[in-house]
Amino acid sequence: MNFELNRRQELFTQMIREFSDKEIKPLAAEIDEQERFPLESVEKMAELGIFGIPVPVKYGGAGGDNIMYSIAIEELSRVCATTGVIVSAHTSLCVAPILEHGTEEQKRDYLPDLCSGKWIGAFGLTEPNAGTDASAQQTTAVLDGEDYILNGNKIFITNAGYAHIYIILAMTDKSVGVKGVSAFIVEADRPGFTIGKKELKLGIRGSATCELIFENCRVPKKNLLGKVGGGFSIAMKTLDGGRIGIASQALGIAQGAIDETIKYTKERKQFGRSISKFQNTQFQLADLYTKIEASRLLVRSAAFKKDTGVSYAADAAMAKLFASETAMEVTTKAVQFHGGYGYTREYPVERMMRDAKITEIYEGTSEVQRMVIAAKIFK
Amino acid sequence: MKIVVCIKQVPDTTEIKINPVTGTLIRDGVPSIINPDDKSGLEVALKLKDKYGAEITVITMGPPQADAVLREAMAMGADKAILLTDRKFAGADTLATSNALSAALRKIDWDLIIAGRQAIDGDTAQVGPQIAEFLDIPQISYVKDLDFDGETQFTIKRETEEGYQILQAEMPLLITVLSSANKPRYMSVGGIVEAVEKDVLVLGAADIDADENRLGLKGSPTKVYKAFSKGVKSAGEQFEVEAEEAVGIIISKLKEKFII
Repeated sequence: MNFELNRRQELFTQMIREFSDKEIKPLAAEIDEQERFPLESVEKMAELGIFGIPVPVKYGGAGGDNIMYSIAIEELSRVCATTGVIVSAHTSLCVAPILEHGTEEQKRDYLPDLCSGKWIGAFGLTEPNAGTDASAQQTTAVLDGEDYILNGNKIFITNAGYAHIYIILAMTDKSVGVKGVSAFIVEADRPGFTIGKKELKLGIRGSATCELIFENCRVPKKNLLGKVGGGFSIAMKTLDGGRIGIASQALGIAQGAIDETIKYTKERKQFGRSISKFQNTQFQLADLYTKIEASRLLVRSAAFKKDTGVSYAADAAMAKLFASETAMEVTTKAVQFHGGYGYTREYPVERMMRDAKITEIYEGTSEVQRMVIAAKIFK
Repeated sequence: MKIVVCIKQVPDTTEIKINPVTGTLIRDGVPSIINPDDKSGLEVALKLKDKYGAEITVITMGPPQADAVLREAMAMGADKAILLTDRKFAGADTLATSNALSAALRKIDWDLIIAGRQAIDGDTAQVGPQIAEFLDIPQISYVKDLDFDGETQFTIKRETEEGYQILQAEMPLLITVLSSANKPRYMSVGGIVEAVEKDVLVLGAADIDADENRLGLKGSPTKVYKAFSKGVKSAGEQFEVEAEEAVGIIISKLKEKFII
């Protein structure tokens, strides 16, 4: 048993922390206010290899691991949750399924440009009538000669419009239910594929969340990811990995909020002394700090299991459940500690509170995480 | 072109706190970093490598833990690293340090040696120039900018208290670089993964054929009369604007603080 980061993870933490503070933090309030996708940050992260952290060097990745990836999402999200989710959706939901389920040819065709950040990745599973019940897919893929023809709509797709490569789930055989779902790699420029309405959101407002529309969109057979009918299983495994990313994002938001709160309570004086001197402040922050550290251990443990090839689905679910609910609690209390100032946009905690909420919803709601954990308990 | 960059591991002085009772520095938990001027020196070397191709070796003298700054330098893009470490080097002043470093530098090939102007923990600005003297090569200190013709000639902008000097020099050459010369790049993720696996050449006193009487405390004529920390200044605000606008900003800031 060893709870220490190894040397490369330590060196990586040093880099990503400094990078987040100096390059990402100064933009966080602005991209939230303007609801603007931070292309300039994407370019900077691409240069450093942040879009291919846990991918082997032979596919153009950095040759790192999932603990490093988790640290990256945490540190980016500590200062800007939008930036965190851009990298998380790209890596966990597009790069990972190609790496884990793609053919050698698909890996060589797509991964180098995804890892270099030349291309951004996205993932399309959710539909208007297929949210938590993801098996109720209505998008269809019908084989026609050498192509599949896709028809249908996906909603709430992160990185939509800016992504070049989308992993899309569609029904190839409705008669067999979830066994009839297949996964496809779809390039953004395929005729018949368009981006629909952009959502206006409570938080992570710099990230692009849009509808995807497929109207007789032809995708060659070679773009099928995994086996025909194997899509649902790929989607579920992909979300298991994605939960490590979102748990890391939630952890980062919580850490960012408590850092701001510790600083503020030391500076803010009421009744003649810093409010950090009051036992109420100290005890509440001690509890929150403990929960954040517990989240971190759950997240790292899930990432470690993924790295070592051990089954980690329930671990990722527990990490995401606990970290996201902790993030919501910490950010809500952070606003409370800041009082009236915390409610204004002068301080970052109101943004963090808005950003935290989505971590309890996307890539499986807290209720879904409880289902996954219960399934493990009662199997 | 072969470039050697001399770097030093220093405590991050922006993180150092002072014990209010004793007035001494609290070094516990203070992270160690690459000295900022040295890091900019490394960036100068990396830019030359990007444009003209070069092999960059980083060298440092220090305790075994100084390995960390060499790994960081390699993760930024340096090719090789040398760690000079030996109890016999301990307690070295700038003369003994530059003597040891130049002895090691005699053992390897280089066309250009780059050092930082000065270290934030000692502030002497002596080691770089002394290395050049020991090696008997030309030196240009306080380098703000550097151009290379791709062959042998450098055009160098040197910052002085009065303004700038533009100088030309040929290899072999030693320069000392200011941290304001550039913004050093971050380590890349792939660079980090590679850097922790690379070998660092570790050399002791016996490996560099140096006169042991001129190393470490024995070879250090400097006597420290008094040490004090520089007054802590706040980071201040920076504005990148035209002169005319700058005047307005300065006046409004002075008024804000009731100075004028």
